[in-house]
Amino acid sequence: MSKTFEEDNKTLNIEIELLLEAIFKKYGYDFRDYGKAHIKRRVLHRLASSKLESISHLQHAILYDEEYFKLILKDFSINVTEMFRDPSFYKKLREEVIPLLKTYPFIKIWHAGCSTGEEVYSMAILLKEEGLLDRTQIYATDFNQNVLKTAKEGIYPIDKVKEYTHNYQKSGGIHSFSDYYTAKFESVILDNELKSNIVFADHNLVSDKVFAEVHLVICRNVLIYFNKSLQDKVLDLLEKSLIPGGYLALGSKESIRFSKSNKEFDTVDDKEKIYKKKLSIKKA
Amino acid sequence: MSYKAIVIGSSAGGLAALKELLSPLKKSFKIPIIIVQHISPQSDNYITTYLNNLCELKVKEADQRELIKKGHVYFATPNFHLLVEENYSFSLSTEDRVNYARPSIDVLFETASFAYGEKLIGIVLTGANHDGAKGLRIIKERGGLTIVQDPKEAEVDSMPLNAIKESKVDQVLKLKDIADFLNRLG
Repeated sequence: MSKTFEEDNKTLNIEIELLLEAIFKKYGYDFRDYGKAHIKRRVLHRLASSKLESISHLQHAILYDEEYFKLILKDFSINVTEMFRDPSFYKKLREEVIPLLKTYPFIKIWHAGCSTGEEVYSMAILLKEEGLLDRTQIYATDFNQNVLKTAKEGIYPIDKVKEYTHNYQKSGGIHSFSDYYTAKFESVILDNELKSNIVFADHNLVSDKVFAEVHLVICRNVLIYFNKSLQDKVLDLLEKSLIPGGYLALGSKESIRFSKSNKEFDTVDDKEKIYKKKLSIKKA
Repeated sequence: MSYKAIVIGSSAGGLAALKELLSPLKKSFKIPIIIVQHISPQSDNYITTYLNNLCELKVKEADQRELIKKGHVYFATPNFHLLVEENYSFSLSTEDRVNYARPSIDVLFETASFAYGEKLIGIVLTGANHDGAKGLRIIKERGGLTIVQDPKEAEVDSMPLNAIKESKVDQVLKLKDIADFLNRLG
């Protein structure tokens, strides 16, 4: 019995490898350096909810039917987020980073992997309260067109508002969270003013190049889905997108410590994973 | 059979149960133990600190991409799923809740059983829902050993009862007997 499981599992892993190769060759989306356990879970989940009998059959369906590809693309991207997720992070950002951003006449922020936009609007609220929104340009990017559409609309389910309000207060918000939205039926619509300086755009961290030169890069809970070499590659891209003295913010379980980019940064806050790009790098 | 890993799932009443299960384990106990305890998303690391002080074994939170080592007890981080990679390291994920939980016991059990196959022991302890039942069935299907805390002893019996209902588990034991059993293994 166990022999069979081991054999079957080996075959399964071969099929998944071939599937990712096929997706890359046919559609250009590269998941080959994503964490294997995550991808396997998502593929098997898709297979279980289809009527197909194996991953090889799924591969056939994806190659010949773009709609099937779109389904798997959705499966692979994680779009779970919330406003002011990890309030202590936003508090630290407000206390440690904002005062330095204020010294610039014009500020650019890149939010890489913005998903459905909740954290982008959280940032916009923070900037507004600090008097910086008018002179800030936020670029918010994701590889998934569907989530970008939701992000642009800025409309969220009303049942989340209680949690968001709580997060907002814990993050050091100085007004009332209800100042920033209008409730309508089952939804809340975020104020247009928050959206005015945000550009939402399609960008793939795995395959696209440097996006802009910015003062702050926010890329949270994206790198955890990548293997070591892809993480190094993307961190390098993020580093190159920052001005000297610019800031990088990662997710709470992500770190630059063991990456090649480590030497390019000083740590601003180890717990909240905020780093500052060094002003000049001494060449060896 | 030489087992390579032990996965444990617990929920309501879990902290006391884990204390009773882990503190008698010998310092020489080799098999890595990986635990999902359902916990509030905002919790700090008090569980690992508390249990590390009580146990002979090293108790810590599982880090992203950390290699799984002998003699260690790992806990899933609050608000992240914990996955085991087939090269015996950890991955974290923020994907949606599974069985209303993040971390979810099923996610840990399913991925660990891919990595360890028949060399895995799965244990379901006290709790108020059905997380872990499916994962335990999968461990059993792939040749692993499955143990459930005696529902009569569990502070909340639904999670053990659901696990027993879902598949034919190998052992239903009291915490003290699970600890004795593990100590005899290694």
